[in-house]
Amino acid sequence: MDILLIHLLNALLYASVLFLIAGGLSLIYGVMRIVNLAHGNLYAFGAYVTAWAIGRIIGAGPEASIALYALLPVGALAAGALGAVIEPTLLRPLYNRAEEYQLLITFGLLLILEDLMRLLWGPYPLSVSALYEALGSLHIGESIYPTYNLLVIVIGGVAAAGIWAFVYRTQFGVVLRATSQNMRMASALGVNVNRVYVEAFSLGCFMAGLGGAVVVPQQGAVLGMGVDALILAFVVVVIGGLGSLEGALVGALLVGIVRELGITFFPEIELAVLYLMAAIVLLIRPAGLFGRA
Amino acid sequence: MSDIVAPRRVVAWSAAVLIALALLPFIVPAYQTVLLSYGLIFAIAALGFNLLLGYTGLLSFGHSAYFGVGAYAVAFVVKYARIDSMEVFLLAGIAGSALVAALFGVLCVRYTRIFFGILTMALSQVLWSLAFKFFWVTGGSDGLRVPTPTLLGGLVRMPTGASEDKLGFLSHHYYYYVLALFALAVALMWVIVHSPFGKALQAIRDNETRAEFVGVQVWHYRWVAFLISGIYTGLAGALWVPLNGLTTPDILHWTFSGKIVFFTVLGGFQTFFGPIVGAVIFNYLETYAVGNTVYWQMVLGVVLVVLVLALPAGIVGTALRLWPRSRKVAVS
Repeated sequence: MDILLIHLLNALLYASVLFLIAGGLSLIYGVMRIVNLAHGNLYAFGAYVTAWAIGRIIGAGPEASIALYALLPVGALAAGALGAVIEPTLLRPLYNRAEEYQLLITFGLLLILEDLMRLLWGPYPLSVSALYEALGSLHIGESIYPTYNLLVIVIGGVAAAGIWAFVYRTQFGVVLRATSQNMRMASALGVNVNRVYVEAFSLGCFMAGLGGAVVVPQQGAVLGMGVDALILAFVVVVIGGLGSLEGALVGALLVGIVRELGITFFPEIELAVLYLMAAIVLLIRPAGLFGRA
Repeated sequence: MSDIVAPRRVVAWSAAVLIALALLPFIVPAYQTVLLSYGLIFAIAALGFNLLLGYTGLLSFGHSAYFGVGAYAVAFVVKYARIDSMEVFLLAGIAGSALVAALFGVLCVRYTRIFFGILTMALSQVLWSLAFKFFWVTGGSDGLRVPTPTLLGGLVRMPTGASEDKLGFLSHHYYYYVLALFALAVALMWVIVHSPFGKALQAIRDNETRAEFVGVQVWHYRWVAFLISGIYTGLAGALWVPLNGLTTPDILHWTFSGKIVFFTVLGGFQTFFGPIVGAVIFNYLETYAVGNTVYWQMVLGVVLVVLVLALPAGIVGTALRLWPRSRKVAVS
């Protein structure tokens, strides 16, 4: 029973981080119809910035105080700011061109960001495991479980609720959804579409960065983490439906559970099963479980 | 039908380029010839890829699958059958990639645009993860070694013993082998895209509904294009692996598909010869970037971004705009 609970918590932990990444990807696609291949790198960027910022402070004084947890969102803010730079400079010129070019430019961006992180933080992993260890662990029956993991699950849940409230309960959310449904009509009704695009793109990047920020105390920041994360985020949004936030949530939970099962029961084909799931959903329901065709 | 036979101008130019390429091993150092072999092999993959992108209008982000299957098929032949004949390698690579492309094609060609791209990517990632995890079959991330093969049914083989000279063999015998297959592949692709079949593909690309209306079986044509495209890329993989001596899961990863897309766009996917030029130039660009800086990905990324923003027609496409007279040679 305890083992089951731990597996469930692991699945939720994984789903929380995946939701943050995939939700951002899906939000961007939903509003702007752009598949951002560099999205995983923004997740990695968030992880690096957080690890770097917290590392600097820990380096200055040995106290790993509670206040440091408040610094976690730094990576998310940095990723959001980076997104706000990328959208107007690189993506905006391409909205009138074939979508092949949008894919290509984000692929170019992926290559650039990958090396930008190597340039800024060097080839070695950054870690802030002090934050992970400081929270200790709690007992679940016979087993022990790191408390930090629970914090990540809570952050994931709060982020999901926050995003939902933001999109469905605020003025900005209304504008966002209107633009997503019909960009021309929204523009004709006086919505500043350019601004909505920057904001949506930054928000998506912010979510990815937050995913990186919460994961970094546990896993550290390494080169290549973005590319791996991107492809799993793809699996999530394909299953849930490109452009759907509910879909990203359900997709993340599904992938989290299947992956946890996979690691336990069929480790060799764990990844293959996830990709096959995505392929099968695409074949049966190309718009995904929650997508609009 | 008349334009299946290439215009005299194209034939003359191609012959001149081919002769120049054939003389190259006598002029440049061996290393340069080997480097060019890589470029020509990538050009075969790009030709196949462009049958889908340029002529059928489908952007695949999963062509690493066919390149990788071609390469791994060769590695399996070596590992399990202990054969070192290049002809058997090629047959294995072609058969393997044809099988996978036929299967993946059935699944993928029902979709277009972004869904096609993501589906091809997801399927290629299935193969990548299998190659990565089933290490007792595929060698995992260490990959599988492939020895220098014998050519033409064992007639041409690397001198063994004291005078063993792998570089000399690869830069002469193997280079000519690659060059011959490259020329054959280009000629065959020319015939394919100028045949009624090729015209039907272009009709589908330009207006699917209308093509269907005049009786083109869109699904079937796309599938055949997908199959041919996969076989070309698989052939490239089979030719690549003896040159590289090793195959690793990297060539199955989706970022390698991205590279195939990259060099096709670099050359210009709206022209017949663009992908060839793009592949060869990309290979030099990558090799020198890797050789000169650890930040080679950034170099490639900046090139790609500038290309997309400023020169979307690619190298060949832009050259055509600057020198309109060369248009007759290079446009399909």
